[in-house]
Amino acid sequence: MSILEIKNVSKLFGPNAEQGVKLLEQGWTKEKMAKEKQITVGVNRVNMEINQGEIFVIMGLSGSGKSTLVRMFNRLIEPTSGEILVHGKDLRKMNKEQLRNARRKTISMVFQKFALFPHRTVLENVEYGLEIQKVAKAQRREKAITSLELVGLKGWGDKMPDELSGGMQQRVGLARALANDPEVLLMDEAFSALDPLIRRDMQDELLELQDKMKKTIIFITHDLDEALRIGDRIALMKDGAVVQIGTPEEIMIQPANSYVERFVEDVDLSKVLTAAHVMRRPETITLDRGPRVALELMRERGISNLFVIDRSKKLLGIITAEDAATAVRQQQKLDDILIKDVPYVAPERMLNDLFELVSTAKLPVAVVDERERLTGVIVRGALLGALAGGVENEEVALNA
Amino acid sequence: MPKIPIAHWVDVIVEWLSIHWASFFKGLSNLITYVVDIFTWLFMLPHPFLFVIIIALLGYMAGRWTMAFFSAIGFLLIYNLGYWTETMNTLGLVVTAALISIIIGVPLGIWCASSKIAARIITPVLDFMQTMPAFVYLLPAVTFFSLGVVPGVVASVIFAIPPTIRMTHLGITQVSGELIEAADAFGSTGGQRLFKVQLPLALPSVMAGINQTIMLSLSMVVIASMIGAQGIGAVVYRAVGQLKIGEGFEAGLAVVVLAIVLDRLSQSLFNGKRSKKAA
Ligand SMILES: Nc1ncnc2c1ncn2[C@@H]1O[C@H](COP(=O)(O)OP(=O)(O)OP(=O)(O)O)[C@@H](O)[C@H]1O
Ligand SMILES: [Mg+2]
Repeated sequence: MSILEIKNVSKLFGPNAEQGVKLLEQGWTKEKMAKEKQITVGVNRVNMEINQGEIFVIMGLSGSGKSTLVRMFNRLIEPTSGEILVHGKDLRKMNKEQLRNARRKTISMVFQKFALFPHRTVLENVEYGLEIQKVAKAQRREKAITSLELVGLKGWGDKMPDELSGGMQQRVGLARALANDPEVLLMDEAFSALDPLIRRDMQDELLELQDKMKKTIIFITHDLDEALRIGDRIALMKDGAVVQIGTPEEIMIQPANSYVERFVEDVDLSKVLTAAHVMRRPETITLDRGPRVALELMRERGISNLFVIDRSKKLLGIITAEDAATAVRQQQKLDDILIKDVPYVAPERMLNDLFELVSTAKLPVAVVDERERLTGVIVRGALLGALAGGVENEEVALNA
Repeated sequence: MPKIPIAHWVDVIVEWLSIHWASFFKGLSNLITYVVDIFTWLFMLPHPFLFVIIIALLGYMAGRWTMAFFSAIGFLLIYNLGYWTETMNTLGLVVTAALISIIIGVPLGIWCASSKIAARIITPVLDFMQTMPAFVYLLPAVTFFSLGVVPGVVASVIFAIPPTIRMTHLGITQVSGELIEAADAFGSTGGQRLFKVQLPLALPSVMAGINQTIMLSLSMVVIASMIGAQGIGAVVYRAVGQLKIGEGFEAGLAVVVLAIVLDRLSQSLFNGKRSKKAA
């Protein structure tokens, strides 16, 4: 269900901005507008629908209009044209009072350079949103403390912001935004000012928080890696317009045009693709068959081992051709030669984290979903093939 | 080419105001006299020695022992020289002028910060007020308020108010745009943004402006005494007029002591608060 709907929203800076919108519709480019009309196109007729509970990443190079766009979502910047529907209500038609209410209750913001109030303690910063709503002191204290705990800053409330490291300051920024219990969080390059390791931690924590809180997060970044790590969907912007909207996989695998392609070509695929992308269909057998059947199956397919599953596809273990041959001779059952200690990974596992396991494992690596069902097998050749370039459609389809 | 009759216009306006606004000026005059009297009474209330101790304590709280020591010695010197009453009169005048400057100046500074048009009108007026020789508006002040302490206060305010307005304006406009955005993004009203974010952050700048205002109004005391304001300025004025060089020097010394103590105290008023919070 969509919580935020952006319809044909444009923002032009300069004289006669309103007339400029018509020219945009006639197909004028950003350059032409700047040269002939002295109008800067900040955002060019953007449409998007943001779903409840997703992390929606807006990505693009510097100057592509990300900040301008996201600031129109709470009207820190007034759109030149278009509609911004929050739960179906147009933000642009709201009066001051209604807008203030939306900002207080529905949409919060986290800033690139944290924007903490330097004259207030950490706790007072977190309280700010509640304080201006005139929430009683005890009550807002309590909420602020809970919010600080949520971001792992329990006990830091009495410090001043400048006594904290950058990463901690941004946690305060996050806590301040969460204290209002908003439905939508706008995060404009919220982690860009942090150094890479801390940035990584913050991304992980954001994902963890998101698991718990199920907010709708609109996250701006110019960093593709970050977008791919945390985005449920990604919108790619260029010159103020949206070039493509899709899941990280879609953006990577089916770039809408050469611009997107160039944008994504430097990306390390191993950080994007998951086990599900490269796994093959596993050869299986159920436990109630005999070793003779197993041996025959393997010979027929030209493989040296078989996964053993039960009727609900739950992975029980693996058998090798060698053991199966022995079992036939010694009249054993499959159960007797079953190797239960099979290396396995979840389908979401990034390829990056898969290499070591695959290269050291003596047995094939199984892909097992959260209900312990066998869904695929990682073959070393396919893994390397995927990294070398194209992922064939067959494997992508398997994911579905 | 005929001369433009600026002088005539000013005369006419001043006369018109002094006739038609007489009761307004009378009321204002009473109010200012009242405030100056209260402050002077307050300063004269404790015995000079007690006053010295209080000043020393304030000095200690404001800065260090040296500050306390200097303040005590300075005021004891004034007492010893026999200018206590005059100094307290002057202090009353200066504090009143500073207070009026703050009450008028800070809101004007805020207004400048919130409206480009206001800033564009007020800034040149401030330049005008500061560069026009003080003697020139001493006369209309006398016309409206007659002789005494009131025109002195008024002239001091006109002369001393610009830094407070300017520095308040500057302080508020210097608050970073991201903080303003943050305040807005959480749904602050204009007033909440002003009082919870802009003004607190502008405070160091506002205080610097107030400090300058106090210094400037102190520098007006001699001029104010020319139109009948009592105080140490009058002593200086009289001594110089009668070529009593030594006496003039003594009274000048009292002004210097007052200036230094007021400067340090008003400067530390803000710094003191800040260091306490950080601790
Ligand atoms: N107040 C303004 N007046 C004029 N032009 C503006 C204004 N704000 C932004 N722009 C222009 O609008 C365009 C989009 O700017 P915006 O800040 O939204 O980009 P961005 O994608 O956030 O870039 P960055 O990654 O550098 O933050 C740029 O060309 C910029 O110069
Ligand atoms: Mg930006």
